[in-house]
Amino acid sequence: MLEFANPTVFLSWLVFLPAVVALALAFIPASGETIKRISLAATAVVFLMTVYMTFGWSTVHFKAGTEGMQNTLSHPWIPTFNIHYFMGTDGISFPLIVLTAFVSLLAMAASWPINKFVKGYCILFLLLETGMLGVFCALDFFLFYVFWEVMLLPMYFLIGIWGGPRKEYAAIKFFLYTLVGSVLMLIAILILYFHSDLRALQDKVPPAQIMATGVVAPGLEEAAQLAEWSKIASADTPQHTFNILALQLMGQHTDLFSAPLWGGYSLQWWAFVLLAIGFVIKVPSVPLHTWLPDAHVEAPTPISMILAGVLLKMGGYGLIRICYPICPQAGYDLAHVVCFIGALSMVYGAFAAMAQTDFKRLVAYSSVSHMGYVVLGLGVWSAFAGTQYNPDYWKMGMNGAMFQMIAHGISSAGMFFMVGVVYDRVHHRNLNEFGGLFAKMPVYSGLAVGIFFAGLGLPGLCGFIGEVLVVLSVWNYNTTLAVVSAAVVILTAGYILWAIQRVYLGAQYKGPHGEALSPLTFRELSIAAPLLALAIFFGVNPKSLLNYMQPSVDKTVVELTEWTKRHESAAAAKPATAETIIQRPDKS
Amino acid sequence: MVKSYTPELPSAVNLPSLIQALSSDTLQLSLPRFVPELVVCATIVLLLVARIPRLTAWLDPFWLALAGVLIALRFAIPAGGLTELGTVERQELFTGMLVHDSMTVFFRFFLVAFAFAFIILARMTGLADRRDGQDFYSLLLGATLGMCIMASANHLMTVFLGIEMASVPSYVLAGIIKGRRRASEASLKYVVFGAGAAGIMLYGISLLAGLTGSAHLPTIAAKLAAMDLPALVAGGKGAGTLMVLVLAGLMMMVGLAFKLSAVPFHFWCPDVFEGASAEIDAFLSVASKAAAMALLVRVVLGLGTLPTDTTHTAALAHPISAHTVAFYQSGDGAAAEAASPSAVSSTSIALAPVRRFMVLLLSIVAAITCTFGNLAAYGQTNIKRMLAYSTIAHAGYMMMAVAATAQLAGTSSVGAQEAVASLLFYLLAYVFMNLGAFAIVAFLRNTIGSEEIADYSGLIRSAPLTGIAFTVVLVSLVGIPPMVGFIGKFAIFQALVMAGGFWMITLLVIASLNTAISLVYYLRVAKAICIDPPPAERGAVSIGILPAVYVVAVSLPVLLYGIVPARLLNLATEAVKHIL
Repeated sequence: MLEFANPTVFLSWLVFLPAVVALALAFIPASGETIKRISLAATAVVFLMTVYMTFGWSTVHFKAGTEGMQNTLSHPWIPTFNIHYFMGTDGISFPLIVLTAFVSLLAMAASWPINKFVKGYCILFLLLETGMLGVFCALDFFLFYVFWEVMLLPMYFLIGIWGGPRKEYAAIKFFLYTLVGSVLMLIAILILYFHSDLRALQDKVPPAQIMATGVVAPGLEEAAQLAEWSKIASADTPQHTFNILALQLMGQHTDLFSAPLWGGYSLQWWAFVLLAIGFVIKVPSVPLHTWLPDAHVEAPTPISMILAGVLLKMGGYGLIRICYPICPQAGYDLAHVVCFIGALSMVYGAFAAMAQTDFKRLVAYSSVSHMGYVVLGLGVWSAFAGTQYNPDYWKMGMNGAMFQMIAHGISSAGMFFMVGVVYDRVHHRNLNEFGGLFAKMPVYSGLAVGIFFAGLGLPGLCGFIGEVLVVLSVWNYNTTLAVVSAAVVILTAGYILWAIQRVYLGAQYKGPHGEALSPLTFRELSIAAPLLALAIFFGVNPKSLLNYMQPSVDKTVVELTEWTKRHESAAAAKPATAETIIQRPDKS
Repeated sequence: MVKSYTPELPSAVNLPSLIQALSSDTLQLSLPRFVPELVVCATIVLLLVARIPRLTAWLDPFWLALAGVLIALRFAIPAGGLTELGTVERQELFTGMLVHDSMTVFFRFFLVAFAFAFIILARMTGLADRRDGQDFYSLLLGATLGMCIMASANHLMTVFLGIEMASVPSYVLAGIIKGRRRASEASLKYVVFGAGAAGIMLYGISLLAGLTGSAHLPTIAAKLAAMDLPALVAGGKGAGTLMVLVLAGLMMMVGLAFKLSAVPFHFWCPDVFEGASAEIDAFLSVASKAAAMALLVRVVLGLGTLPTDTTHTAALAHPISAHTVAFYQSGDGAAAEAASPSAVSSTSIALAPVRRFMVLLLSIVAAITCTFGNLAAYGQTNIKRMLAYSTIAHAGYMMMAVAATAQLAGTSSVGAQEAVASLLFYLLAYVFMNLGAFAIVAFLRNTIGSEEIADYSGLIRSAPLTGIAFTVVLVSLVGIPPMVGFIGKFAIFQALVMAGGFWMITLLVIASLNTAISLVYYLRVAKAICIDPPPAERGAVSIGILPAVYVVAVSLPVLLYGIVPARLLNLATEAVKHIL
């Protein structure tokens, strides 16, 4: 139970500690204040655990500069369906795990003004944190799905009970959108599962690479593992799996997922589309974004921070971890569609943000716009024959997208918090009734302007790095898209500067409740300051973050480039009409 | 393979040998495997008799019924415990009337265990009081007995008998509360509908038996295989025969659809559920539905496949086990010949049209039932009516698993077994969800005197435990992890994908979209409970300690088995080992 040197124990505690505390809270008769303290302590412990992992003070150490999975654990969970309790971290997931723990800690600290049904709030909040951490840790597709869905219910109630005037509408809208996306995802998961076959990997992939996916019990000796593997490889019946890493290998090295499925499209085309819809709803991209402004406007401040800071990242994470590596053919064919959706979200989100009069809605639409960079950066498939399979720009795009996810997690959580601070005081968010806050709340305004600049993408702040990497990488892929995405920077500057002008500048505050504009409290300061500090730190020292994620991101890109090379040379070698599709072996 | 008792083959069929074989079949083979049912029968008799003499009048029928059910439960568990379910061999009982296999044992355990839980619920809510307890418990046990027969039916006679034995007590149970107009009306509606459906089904049975010369399901399958249906379908000849067969199939489906409350024979369901008390609704929605599903699987597998088991084919050729065959046919040997193991591959094709018909029929009915149930549930304001539509929708999901079974039965018996296992798992999940939901509705009715969704508002503040339990159950009914309802849905979905093909993928898409549709109305109740403010005039709501324990006992597994479903899944997998 407490052998923290064991990744199984460490990662399990990391993910389930909040849930355990939530369960305990349910039975503790305590005042609201105490419950908040306990919850804050729980989130702090989780954050410290991730910090320990980062710096290697703990025996479970996340090593920077390593491309593969680290600290994996795998135990059978539901043997009937080959489902494993399989988790691990790599450069793609680990920064997001730290971000989740960090934002959760700050959001919990930002939850102090909540005084209604505190116990229920804290329990749901902690369950939500377990779900979020689980999504990023899970490497079994089923486990991933379970965590993905586990978040929905707490989120529904957190918006629905503690939200604003139209909370019920916003909550059910959020729930419905995400559920539709996730049932589509479930269909794709099942289709992929039933067409997967571990035996097909045997001759295509070196055994060491197969062992790295954890399909064979990872605890065994090497010889025992190989023996176990040969048993799997020589089985009579198809060996289905939910193992995401094994599915990635199958998607890239075999034809299992290329079988035609329906309507003239291949299996992986459909899987990609269904998965991508699920993820894009979460990102969210235009035209599936409409739940987001409603959810944000109605949600209480800490929940908005979580929503923008963490939940939206899951869509991007799903795309990079699942969609592209498992269905490369579909990603290749649909690259333009994905890029278009990304660019559309950027432009639409920016224009929509400009039109808002509600401060929080403006920030919500800025999220739509900023997350567009992520989709665009991931979708830029710039390694193909025309570029001599040079993966450098694609690497740049994907790293930019990943960086943008972290940067946006920091800046958007900060922006929502800053909106929340002023809303707590004056109880309105009408941009046209603000003005002159600098005079009344100088510290707050300074921090807020800094964080908004980070969102804007000012050089020297974290938002800049991700945006510039994405825009540069697009240039090599499609000039028009590059021009459009670069132009969005101007729009972004437009709406953020205009918002700053309307809220913070001006002679004096003329809106309602002007007397309530008290200076920032220590609690608020200790939430805002670390966010701004990190925004500056990552802005001037992006290497500190890239060191952790770049190897894994690059590995993904290199593998996909290899796949492209094989695919295009195979397509060139034979006439296009005689496209033979290798049928998978018959079901038993 | 042959572990069971097999009577010596008599050289010629004469009366003494027939009687001797019959008695040994009954006494040595069938009755020992029929003990739980016999115990239930004995309990019913005791319940009724105990009322007559003055001496036993003090005896509370509750304890009698409880003891009887517990003894039956003891015998319903196979020798090696439930984990050894897979070792139960397939064996025909009572000269082929019933079949005893792992699935029979599973359902018998399921139904008797449910009867146990239900008796306790009825006692707690005060539905069965001391004075008319005898009536209540004997009706309940009678219905359970009928359901056990449904789950083990192997002959069209027992199919019909089982349905009627289960239905007639249910009609009375629906109206058990005397002097309530709604309950009597519900009961009457149920009777009229049931009688009509039974009549049509009987007609279908007579058509099928008349055409094939038998009512024994495996024999019918063999006869159908001998008819060379693929040639009939392809050749365009014999349109009359095909028409009659299709008609017979449709008519039998009417009877089954009535029990399943499948569209378009669902009309009784909301009215009966609203009129009857919530406890009875739990019984109808769980036990009755489970038995009907079992029967559907029996009919689908019985008519859609030929037994490959050597024990079984030997029995079929035998004049005693093929008793009904001997009565109705001259014994041309075609049946036995067609069913011989060497002919399996060809007969699997021979029955392909039968399976295709069943897949089509079940898919369409399932898709419509599911969608209709979910859409109709939207507008409901009464919780029982809403849950009635919800059970209709869930019947749709479950029928999809049967459709997948029918499709897989032709190609892979392992696949078909897995599809049935997914259905059984769904039922296991369903029992906790629906018993939990209706138990809470019943307890709340006793406390706040209302069954309107609006009156549940703010329940989580007045009665936190009940509110949370109800929310958990509702979320599980939607099918969201980590509740057990999700695993059930997942199991059925994976059966559909495994079956593959256009129809199954269409069903999968329909089922998935239905999940999203159903979210809104389940969540509406959860919203009323958790988000809406409680009415000012309502004070604290307390359902009592024991009911609270009961609620926790049935709703906690919804969460626990959602997180660690392996045990239930193993149970379901074991239960289907020898059904094909």
